[in-house]
Amino acid sequence: MNRYFPLVALVFFAAVPLWLQDQYYLHTLVVAGIFMLAAMSLNLLLGYTGQLSLGHVAFFGIGAYVSALTSLGFDVTVFGRQISVEPWPPFLGLLLGMATAGLCGYLIGKLAFRVRGAYFVIVTISFAEVVRLVALNWVDLTNGPLALPGIPPLTLGFEWTGYVTLWGKAENYYVVLVFIALAYLLMKRLVQSPYGRAMIALRENETLAVSVGVSVTKYLVLAAVVSGAVAGLAGGLYAHYIQIIDPMIFMFLNTVTMVIIVITGGKGTLAGPVVGGLIFGLAPVFLRNYVGPEVQWILYGCLMILIVFILPQGIVPEIERWFNRAKPDRRNDAAGQEGSSVLALARSGRANH
Amino acid sequence: MNAQVQVSAPILAVEHVAVHFGGLIAISDMSFEVREGELVSLIGPNGAGKTTAFNVITGFQKPTKGRVLFRGNALSGLKPHEVAGLGLVRTFQRTSVFDKISVFENVLIGLHRRTAPSLLGTLLGLPRERKAEEELREQAWEILRLVGIAHEADEPGGSLPYGDQRLLGVALALAAEPQALLLDEPVSGMNASETARFVELLNRLRAKGITILLVEHDMPMVMGISDRIVVLNYGRIIANGSPSMIQNDPDVIAAYLGGGVKHA
Ligand SMILES: Nc1ncnc2c1ncn2[C@@H]1O[C@H](COP(=O)(O)OP(=O)(O)OP(=O)(O)O)[C@@H](O)[C@H]1O
Ligand SMILES: [Mg+2]
Repeated sequence: MNRYFPLVALVFFAAVPLWLQDQYYLHTLVVAGIFMLAAMSLNLLLGYTGQLSLGHVAFFGIGAYVSALTSLGFDVTVFGRQISVEPWPPFLGLLLGMATAGLCGYLIGKLAFRVRGAYFVIVTISFAEVVRLVALNWVDLTNGPLALPGIPPLTLGFEWTGYVTLWGKAENYYVVLVFIALAYLLMKRLVQSPYGRAMIALRENETLAVSVGVSVTKYLVLAAVVSGAVAGLAGGLYAHYIQIIDPMIFMFLNTVTMVIIVITGGKGTLAGPVVGGLIFGLAPVFLRNYVGPEVQWILYGCLMILIVFILPQGIVPEIERWFNRAKPDRRNDAAGQEGSSVLALARSGRANH
Repeated sequence: MNAQVQVSAPILAVEHVAVHFGGLIAISDMSFEVREGELVSLIGPNGAGKTTAFNVITGFQKPTKGRVLFRGNALSGLKPHEVAGLGLVRTFQRTSVFDKISVFENVLIGLHRRTAPSLLGTLLGLPRERKAEEELREQAWEILRLVGIAHEADEPGGSLPYGDQRLLGVALALAAEPQALLLDEPVSGMNASETARFVELLNRLRAKGITILLVEHDMPMVMGISDRIVVLNYGRIIANGSPSMIQNDPDVIAAYLGGGVKHA
C-alpha cells in the first residue's frame, strides 16, 4: 500500500472531532482506539513471532489496575507490613502500568518460551486467570468485585505549567490517537529492523533461523515485553477514560476481541489491527439499533468466521494484493530492469575474476 | 587448483563423538580434525551418519558421548544459535530457505549476526541505526552477487528454481559470516553446469579464508576440490586422507561397492 497512507489516515482521524460532536460516537471511537492499541500489541506476538497469547487481557488489566491504583493512592498490608502510596499524577501511573505489564511480559516470556506453541497458549491463559483472581480477592487493594471507582482522568502538564485535566471525550480521543500513532511508528520501526526480521524468521522457520544465529528466547521475550507494555498502556488509558474498573476487565472475551481484531485485519501486518479495530470497534454503532449485545457477539463471531473463510490472511494483505495487481506491469518492469542490471553487474564481476 | 593448505591449528576438532538414537547407533566413535583454511569432505553411503555429524557439530544434536572443539573451545551445551554466533555455520541437506520471504530479505535475516543495533536507537529511528541498515542492505547485495542469485532478489525464496534455492541456502549461511562453513550436499539436484559454478563459488569462499567441511555424494566434485576426505560408514570413520589415498583405499572401495567385494 502507499506509504503515505498511514499519514493520510492520521490526518483524517485527527479531523474527526472537528465535525463529529456526537458524544456517543466519540466514545465509541475512543474505546475502539483503546482496543486497537491492545490488538496492535497482540499482533506483535501473534502476527510477527507466531505465538498466540490467549491471556493478553492480563497485560491490559495489569496496566489498568496499576495505573488506577497509583493515581488513586492506596494502603495495604503485605506480610504484616503497612504500605501506603500517595496518589501519583495519572501520567506517571500510566507509565508505571506500562512498565509493570512489560515486566510481566518478560516473566511470562522467560517462563513460557522454553517450550512454545500450545504450552505458551496455556501459560498465558493461566496467567490471566491468576491475575483475575488476585484482582477479585485482594479486596484491600483492589476493592474486589466492588470495583475501583473515581479513577482520575489523565492530566497534561507539569507543576510549573499547571495541569489540564482531560475530562471530555474529544480530549481523550486525541490522547488515544496520539498513542496509536506512536505505537504504530514504534511497531513499524521494530518489525522492519533486524529485531523484527529475527522475529519473522523464527515464525517462518525456527531451525533455519537459529542456524544463522538468531536466539529464540531473546527475540520472543523481547516481543513479549514490548507487547505486554503496549497492552498495559492500552489498559491504563482505558482505566483513566472509563474512570472505574473491576475484575471483569480480565474476562476472556476481551482477549477474544483482540484476537478477532488481529486475525480479521491481517496478522503480521502493521495496518491489520487498525483496520480490524475499526471494523469491530465501530460495529456496535451500526448494530445497536437492531440487536442486543448478546446477539451482537454472535454476529461478530459469524463476521470473523466469514472474513477468515473468504480472506484467510485477513483484510489488509488482501487489499495489498489488489493494489499490486492493479499495477502489475509497472512493478514487474521495474523489478525486471533492476534485476537484469544487477545480473549484468554480477556477471561482469565474475568475468573479472 | 586447490588453495594451498597451511599447516595450522585445527579450527574444528571432533573428539570421540557417539550418537545413539535409542538402539540405533548413528555414530559409534568419530574423531577427526579440520585445519584452518582446509576444505575437508565428509563422505559415506546413505545413512552413514554424515548429517548427524553436522547436527552434533552445530549444536542441533547432543552427542551421546564425546565433544566438539571449535578453535580449542568445547562447544558442549551450546545452543545452535550460539554455535553459529562463534562463526560455525551450516546449511541443510533438505532445502531450507524462508519460502514466503523475498530472497533479499532472506539474506538480510542471515546477516543477523553482523549488526547489534540498540533497541532504543531502532525505536527512535536514530541515524546510526539507519546507516547500519543501509550497510546491511549493501552487504546483502554483495552476497547475492557473489552467489549469483541477485537477479531474483525480489522473488519469494520458495519460488526459486531448485538449484537457486540451494544457492540461497548457502547465501543465508554466508551472510552469517562463517569462519567454518558446513555444507550438507549443496549440489544435490544441481545439473553439471550449476555444479561447476558452485565449485567456482567454493574456491572464491576459500580465497576469503573460509574453512569448509563438505558432505557430498558427487564424487568427481569431491575428489577434485577436497584437500582431505574423511570417509564414514555405519557411523565409523573408515578412512581419512588425501583424495588419491581415498580413491585407492580398499575399505572405501568395499564400502562403496558393497560388502561383497571384501570377500571376493
Ligand atoms: N532423529 C533421528 N532419530 C532416529 N534416527 C535417526 C535420526 N536422525 C538420523 N537417524 C538415523 O541415523 C542414521 C544416520 O543418519 P544421517 O542422516 O546422519 O545419515 P547421512 O549420512 O546424512 O545419510 P544421507 O547420505 O542419506 O543424507 C540413519 O540410520 C538414520 O536413519
Ligand atoms: Mg545426510
